[in-house]
Amino acid sequence: MKKRAIIPILYIVFLMLPIYWLVAMSFKTTQEILGGFSLFPRVWTLASYKTIFTDPTWYWGYINSIIYVTINTLISVTVALPAAYAFSRYRFLGDKQLFFWLLTNRMAPAAVFALPFFQLYSAIGLFDTHVAVALAHCLFNIPLAVWILEGFMRGVPKELDETAFVDGYSFPRFFVQVFLPTIKAGVGVAAFFCFMFSWVELLLAKTLTAVYAKPIAATMTRTASSAGYELGLLAAAGTLTIIPGAIVIWFVRNYIAKGFALGRV
Amino acid sequence: MRKVNQRGWFFVLPVLILVAFNALVPMMTVVNYSVQETFGNNQFFWHGLGWFQDILRSERFHASLGRQALFTFMILAIEVPLGVIIALSMPRKGFWVPVCLVTMALPLLIPWNVIGAMWNIFTLPDIGLLGYFMNHVLGVNYNMTQDPVAAWITVIVMDVWHWTSLVVLLCYAGLVSIPDAYYQAAKIDGASNWSVFRYIQLPKMKQVLTIAVLLRFMDSFNVYTEPFVLTGGGPGNATTLLSIDLVKIALGQFDLGPAAAMSLIYFAITLFVSWLFYTLMTRNDTQ
Repeated sequence: MKKRAIIPILYIVFLMLPIYWLVAMSFKTTQEILGGFSLFPRVWTLASYKTIFTDPTWYWGYINSIIYVTINTLISVTVALPAAYAFSRYRFLGDKQLFFWLLTNRMAPAAVFALPFFQLYSAIGLFDTHVAVALAHCLFNIPLAVWILEGFMRGVPKELDETAFVDGYSFPRFFVQVFLPTIKAGVGVAAFFCFMFSWVELLLAKTLTAVYAKPIAATMTRTASSAGYELGLLAAAGTLTIIPGAIVIWFVRNYIAKGFALGRV
Repeated sequence: MRKVNQRGWFFVLPVLILVAFNALVPMMTVVNYSVQETFGNNQFFWHGLGWFQDILRSERFHASLGRQALFTFMILAIEVPLGVIIALSMPRKGFWVPVCLVTMALPLLIPWNVIGAMWNIFTLPDIGLLGYFMNHVLGVNYNMTQDPVAAWITVIVMDVWHWTSLVVLLCYAGLVSIPDAYYQAAKIDGASNWSVFRYIQLPKMKQVLTIAVLLRFMDSFNVYTEPFVLTGGGPGNATTLLSIDLVKIALGQFDLGPAAAMSLIYFAITLFVSWLFYTLMTRNDTQ
């Protein structure tokens, strides 16, 4: 048993090394970074973080990202709930084909869609808004949410629905008051994965925004190329993008693995 | 069995509208471009299947498709077995379980270009932790901006770093669903570790492993942001994967026709291989 523990420990060390380096870098001064190699920051400085929290182009990047990720998660989970219910409870014309078609949208390379997305969202006047990014991310998040929720809903016995209808519940009341609480773990997992994929995606988010809804990750690429490669600042911005993810993982840690395991292949 | 109820369509309608809006309209735009030629000024001419023929015969496309296939093959060959091994050696209960899960899931939640930037900083020859270690402690000449082999290894290691955890989490989910009684029975029968794995753990993991292989295939075949930020496709064209090449043609050179034709071929390959994996891996279920 003891010998086995070596493998996960080594793996976690491997995972933590680049993250450690990013965090260490963010507390160093620019002179120290460019001056040579040092394992720990010799002089601790918060200058990089101060720049980020006082410069609106930086901190608005975070706010923009959080706004569109939240909108996307809300839309995806809300529309996926009834659809997943239908897939898990009813048979209807073309249900299998529809389910498969939904999943194929996860296979389309985002690079393929970048230009047409730009034209589409410009044409309907949503370019450079949070809603545009949130809607675009629905392409891959809705299928995923439907897939995960369907798995959880299939695990709920049908007798629950039947009993509730016999007791005189109307469908909407049953869905909200009886059904939703029984699958709340599933809703949590689906929301987690929607948050995750919307948070990490950059190509579409960058293509669909210019100034007002620019995500933090795009702000980083611009700064890296224009301001003469300020590594400390880049490292600090990168470190801050890890934090929201870490917080979300902590809340759903007991369900992360379960979410995919229950999905239907 | 599920009831036949066409009311299901009303339930899926919102999903259908939103996904179709995002999938069909851009897809039609791409199809539209792929059969037309333009000389600027927004004037388009019918070009038939010309672009498709050009792309399928082009050396450049073959080269980047080859690199993409090699990349995806290596990713699957490393990440899937590694993920299974790590999942098997993880603790099943106790204090360390949430610690393992949270730290392992962390790379999955970092924005993709931050991952590229992070690895860039990590591998800088003189001031990055890995770069310094390789060059000054091990004495290996390591510079991924000049050496194609080093660039390839770095791109692969970065992807292993980024995505192996997904395989681990999925396999772990499959493993914890095995009741203890199975293991006790195996112990009484005097089964070896290998037969426990082969006849108890592997069959239980099969479903999640199918999902893992499919997801890893789709995502590694479509990977763009991380290798692009890390190497920019270089040195030379050494790490120009299919998606990087596609974006170069579409947004760099603005050759919309060839780029659109290439997108469709690309999508068709992804779809076909996913279908193949899915069919092969679930073949025995129906028998």
